[in-house]
Amino acid sequence: MASSIRVRATANGDITEVQALIQHPMDSGFVKDAKGELIPAHFIQELKFEYNGKDVFVADWGPAVSKDPYVKFSFKGANKGDDLKISWTDNKGASDTTIAKIS
Amino acid sequence: MMKRPAAILLGSAFVALAAFAFAATRVVAADKIDPAADAKAFQNFFFQKFPNVKREDFVNGPYSMNEDMKRQWQEKEEFPPYEFALDAGKEMFATPFKNGRTYADCFPNGGIGIRQNYPYFDEKEGKVVTLELALNRCREANGEAPYSYVKDEMASLTAYMAFTSRGKPMDIRIPDDPRALEAFENGKRYFYARRGQMNFSCASCHVQSPGERIRAEILAPALGILNALPIYRSEWSGMGTTSRRFITCNSQTRAVPLEPQADEYRDVEYFLSYVANGLPISGPGARP
Amino acid sequence: MKWSLPLAMLLLLSLAPAARAATEADFKAAYAAAEAASREATGLRNQWTTTVASLAAAKKAADGGDFDGAIAAAKEAQALAKASIFQANSEKEAWKAMEIR
Repeated sequence: MASSIRVRATANGDITEVQALIQHPMDSGFVKDAKGELIPAHFIQELKFEYNGKDVFVADWGPAVSKDPYVKFSFKGANKGDDLKISWTDNKGASDTTIAKIS
Repeated sequence: MMKRPAAILLGSAFVALAAFAFAATRVVAADKIDPAADAKAFQNFFFQKFPNVKREDFVNGPYSMNEDMKRQWQEKEEFPPYEFALDAGKEMFATPFKNGRTYADCFPNGGIGIRQNYPYFDEKEGKVVTLELALNRCREANGEAPYSYVKDEMASLTAYMAFTSRGKPMDIRIPDDPRALEAFENGKRYFYARRGQMNFSCASCHVQSPGERIRAEILAPALGILNALPIYRSEWSGMGTTSRRFITCNSQTRAVPLEPQADEYRDVEYFLSYVANGLPISGPGARP
Repeated sequence: MKWSLPLAMLLLLSLAPAARAATEADFKAAYAAAEAASREATGLRNQWTTTVASLAAAKKAADGGDFDGAIAAAKEAQALAKASIFQANSEKEAWKAMEIR
């Protein structure tokens, strides 16, 4: 099954720029479906980017983040060819992980 | 008592004269439908109104009208929100029907790189056929249930087909058939006619006010407005087809929408696509 | 002076219908008229969402026994429907004023 995480990490000198697009419904729990029933809350609670065993970016999310969230950030100290680990867990206990190479 | 009939006569004569004068200033050979002339006038109108916008940029809608929005959009295009629908569409397109045939069997060139030719006028049927309509007919001809015209599956399919045509100039043909000319004219009429309690026509926003705001949104120019479809619309948190956009536009002006592939919608799609001939396909797109 | 009393009575009588509460029959008549106009608008493929909403509000009010409110809503629906019919007919020519030439 294809990963829910698409990531691109580019090193420019000392700074690595990371972009990620995550496929997730991010249901807030406040929206009703066509039948008028509430769609239960289903959203990513923690999103983590790890480099060399250390967290370089951690997000604590809630129902306010929209569907298919997009994240962009930069961090220092990584090199081309290194691995970047991305993982998320949601409020239903589901999770996904992927490893991307910094190019 | 003597003055009143005279006054009424004078008044009505004045009204008649004014109406005549008004009509006279707008006299054009109304009998001859000339799509080529209409397209030229349409394009020139926008090129002259926005001399700093590159011609091919009009297909980017509001982003061609606002630098800040354009910058944000270009950044997002590296990881566009329609990516998932596009991948899904590619997979759907390649998946055979239960009877073993595929979408490729229904379309010229296997359905690849042909989106810029839609909609087209089907001379056998005597009507405009849109890409969505053609896709559903392909499904039904192969024993599959049709997709909703406004929801995800159809949008994913057309997203993929649009993607294979990206960059290709819009290329709509109007055969020398009075019915085709009539369809074009119908579409043009629909585009300019006011509707809904808000009394807006498509032109009210997209010809009179592109680049300006309606509430918090920047209005797109009508030129090339269909070139980016289907779109991932942040407002919808999802993909939408041309049909979906026509329908929501109607409700926004407080007009009850028509059926997704109503004649009027097919015709206005024909008109809008034709007058954008030459401008590149930019779909699938992302909009606020 | 002598004609003022019958005139006053005439005036009172003409005002009277507005003073008494509307009946279901009054509502049915108003609703039928509104519905007819609404159907004509649909036939012209130029129906307004607000017409539909007003008609629904009229029916809802009537179901709740509020015939005065129901008639007001029905009259509004009829007015909106008529306006949409006028719009459909006038736009047959008026669209040309917006056309890029």
